[in-house]
Amino acid sequence: MADSPVPDALRIEAVHKAFGSFVALQSIDLSIIPGEMVCFVGPSGCGKTTLLRIIAGLETQTSGRVIQNGRDVSMAPPAARDYGIVFQSYALFPNLTIAANVGYGLVNRRRPRGETTARVKELLELVGLPDAGPKYPGQLSGGQQQRIALARALATAPSLLLLDEPLSALDAKVRERLRGEIRALQQRLKVTTVMVTHDQEEALSMSDRVVVMRHGAIEQVGTPQDVYERPATPFVADFLGKVSVLKGESVGGGRFAVGTAELDLNVDGFNAGDKVRIFLRPEDRHIEGDIAAMPNRLRGLVRHIEYLGTVCLATVDCAALGQTMLVSMSLNQLHDLHIREGGDLDFALRIDRVRVFAESAVR
Amino acid sequence: MTAVGSGLADARGAVTRVRVTGAILRENMATHGGLWLLGVGLFVFLTLPLATLLIRSLEDKAGVFIGLANFVQYVQTPALARSTGNTLVFAVLTTLLTVPPAFAFAYAIQRSCIPAKGLWRSIALIPILAPSLLAALSFIYLFGNQGALKFMLGWVGVGTIYGLPGMVLAMSFAAFPHAVMILLAGLALSDARLYEAADALGTSTWRRFITITLPGAKYGLISAAMVVFTMGVSEFGVPKVIGGNYPVLAIDIYKQVIGQQNFQMGAVVGLVLLLPAVVAFIVDHQVRRKQKALLTARSVPYAPRPSKRRDRLALAYVLLVSAAMLIVMGMAVFGSVVKFWPYNLSLTLAHYTYGFEEANVQHAYRNSLVLAAWCAVLGAAITFTGAYWVEKTRGANWLRPLIRFQAMLPMAVPGLVLGIGYILYFNNPSNPLHFLYGTMTILVICTVIHFYSSSHLTAVTALNQMDGEFESVSASLKVPFYKTFWRVTVPVCLPTALDIGRYFFVNAMTTISAVVFLYSPKTTLAAISILQLDEAGAIGSAAAMASLIMVTSAIVTVITLAAEGMLLRRTQRWRSVART
Repeated sequence: MADSPVPDALRIEAVHKAFGSFVALQSIDLSIIPGEMVCFVGPSGCGKTTLLRIIAGLETQTSGRVIQNGRDVSMAPPAARDYGIVFQSYALFPNLTIAANVGYGLVNRRRPRGETTARVKELLELVGLPDAGPKYPGQLSGGQQQRIALARALATAPSLLLLDEPLSALDAKVRERLRGEIRALQQRLKVTTVMVTHDQEEALSMSDRVVVMRHGAIEQVGTPQDVYERPATPFVADFLGKVSVLKGESVGGGRFAVGTAELDLNVDGFNAGDKVRIFLRPEDRHIEGDIAAMPNRLRGLVRHIEYLGTVCLATVDCAALGQTMLVSMSLNQLHDLHIREGGDLDFALRIDRVRVFAESAVR
Repeated sequence: MTAVGSGLADARGAVTRVRVTGAILRENMATHGGLWLLGVGLFVFLTLPLATLLIRSLEDKAGVFIGLANFVQYVQTPALARSTGNTLVFAVLTTLLTVPPAFAFAYAIQRSCIPAKGLWRSIALIPILAPSLLAALSFIYLFGNQGALKFMLGWVGVGTIYGLPGMVLAMSFAAFPHAVMILLAGLALSDARLYEAADALGTSTWRRFITITLPGAKYGLISAAMVVFTMGVSEFGVPKVIGGNYPVLAIDIYKQVIGQQNFQMGAVVGLVLLLPAVVAFIVDHQVRRKQKALLTARSVPYAPRPSKRRDRLALAYVLLVSAAMLIVMGMAVFGSVVKFWPYNLSLTLAHYTYGFEEANVQHAYRNSLVLAAWCAVLGAAITFTGAYWVEKTRGANWLRPLIRFQAMLPMAVPGLVLGIGYILYFNNPSNPLHFLYGTMTILVICTVIHFYSSSHLTAVTALNQMDGEFESVSASLKVPFYKTFWRVTVPVCLPTALDIGRYFFVNAMTTISAVVFLYSPKTTLAAISILQLDEAGAIGSAAAMASLIMVTSAIVTVITLAAEGMLLRRTQRWRSVART
């Protein structure tokens, strides 16, 4: 990326932020290429919102630089930067009509009135609310208001779009639909976008790259597939999706002793006797086919089944491991394989995505 | 969502980079400049006068530093020490006589199913519209030397209404609405779920009251007591009119400063007066903070269910209070339009015409209108923009706490103390602001400062109810903050701003305490002229002036409320939903 002739849309260099003695951001480095959608995700207090606000110029970093399209904007006030922003609260002006809200930033540019009107119309169509113009924000639903906020942010055609938890205030259904709409719009306009969210599903489903943050530092940056399938740290593995963590010990040769069982995980980098934690997702297993012929076979007692709709999650006590695991299955598999609470379940581990961390690396 | 028009791509290229540097400079100057202006204004017109008070209390007449000698002299002056005790007795008795009936009244309004609650509430709030000494005039009419009901005093073993009994009675009427407002708010905050739980457990009504209602209203009660106590400690008008030979600090301070030109001792007494007020303010402040934390967002408001016995009792009590209120307030009005109470009851307007002319106070009412109008407009504009600067702008963060502190300070400072501070500060010929002394301008400034805190708080509350990101969004759209202030903040908060204006107007009409030190013969105010008329023995004209103030305040209040109502209806389309 550094060699690319096109400058990064946004480059963050060693950005550090302290509020008194509290360190909100340790030292953040990050590059975002033009047209990319990047999500900052992490638990509350991880610094993701602070980082977004520093990019927006709403907070000032204690040290470090923010460079936008090759221009150093580190010390520029918000108005001197080029971005549109959408907040969780929508922040639509309640006393102005939708059209006036969307055109708010255009009016100030002293463009001919006709041009502004046409642009507002175009934007309202863009977000799928062509008739909302004369209404007031209060007359729209939350999802509609958020789309108007998006239209307002895009009105001045900024080179960067910032989304601060844009979907958190919405119902689950609306949230899911808007996810797709925002992503489609972003891809169509090819506008560089940074979104902050605490919802890992949202981050995985919407972004080109995910930035997982914790304690004011970046834990991992990567494509959704990267961070989900190859989490770099135990925290990332745990934060993005469900995991079962097994206590074990390396016996060398990529093999690990867990309870009375010995698992062949084909993972290098450990010496015999190293204490480890093995991170497995609920889907990292085979429950159909010729299980008896597979390596890493296990048998467990199904203690509890949690119905989540199309997917079900079984809590399984594995005597051999001396530990409990989560095993996911489709509703069809549940019925076809006659899996029930109190019954036994034979399964084999899928080891292609399994992650093993040294015990000392796990908090 | 429809396909992107080609226009969007064009627009991105076409939209010219706005030249922002100049705009940013202007914006920074406007925000920081505003903050500085506000901070310096409060410093010059509030902190410096109060500091002068402190310094002068430590100096002798020649301006030489003498440490605490003035305080020693104060303690050793038996008359002043006696006044201190009197003041405390007066304030405590007033509190005891005001808060329990006010609580019962608020309870009847909030926790019963009586009809016409709005009417009773309005009647109870009438005294706010008049100077506090209107009640004192009424009590003189009723129980004074020529009082129609003077004979009743004997029943309770009181020889004369002049002195402590009259002061406490009159003060209770003046303070009643203030206590009622706090207690109404305190009782409005209650969690219905607690009552439902108590009912489910078969709790008796009395036990419910003792274990849920009283603890819930505790903070309101303490807060009301503190407010009434402070009013009593620093009240000037009531003791002046009906105090007889019962000296209190407020009167002493006036005599020292105006009568004997003893500014040092005036400063000392002012500081002594400040002490209980500050203590009460701190207690009240703590209590209010706790009350905020008491209720969670999930609380369900309590709605009373009809109960015949309770509702009848409540109605009877509310009627009794309202009748007393109307009689006391109405007595002064009636007294002002009869020839010679109680001997000649034929109607006349002479007290309003000849009476005013004879005492040479015919300009006082107009002066008061001018003062009140200026205070309403300037006060509302300054407190509202000030609160906006403090709450909604960025940068200069070290300045904000200083401004917030100064904005809250007037609430802890009795008007008399502020007035003395002003006189000490402004009548010093070496002060470059000396030219303000004796002008209408100084009365406006002093009154705005005097009533700054409540207005500031009201404005802050309204501003904080708005989305905190409006300013950020505007900045991202490169719209300068003052445009958003004008297009969004002001329209949304206009009803609040009107209400602040009304508050300033009414208080400027009725206040005596601070301005009594600052008026000149040319700028005599209506409320102050009541004291002059009373002193001259023209009680009919005193009552006339008091009535005139009350009616004016009432009219302005009604007009403002109507305007607010109209505004709310006109903006109903966007407001109705914004509330949900």
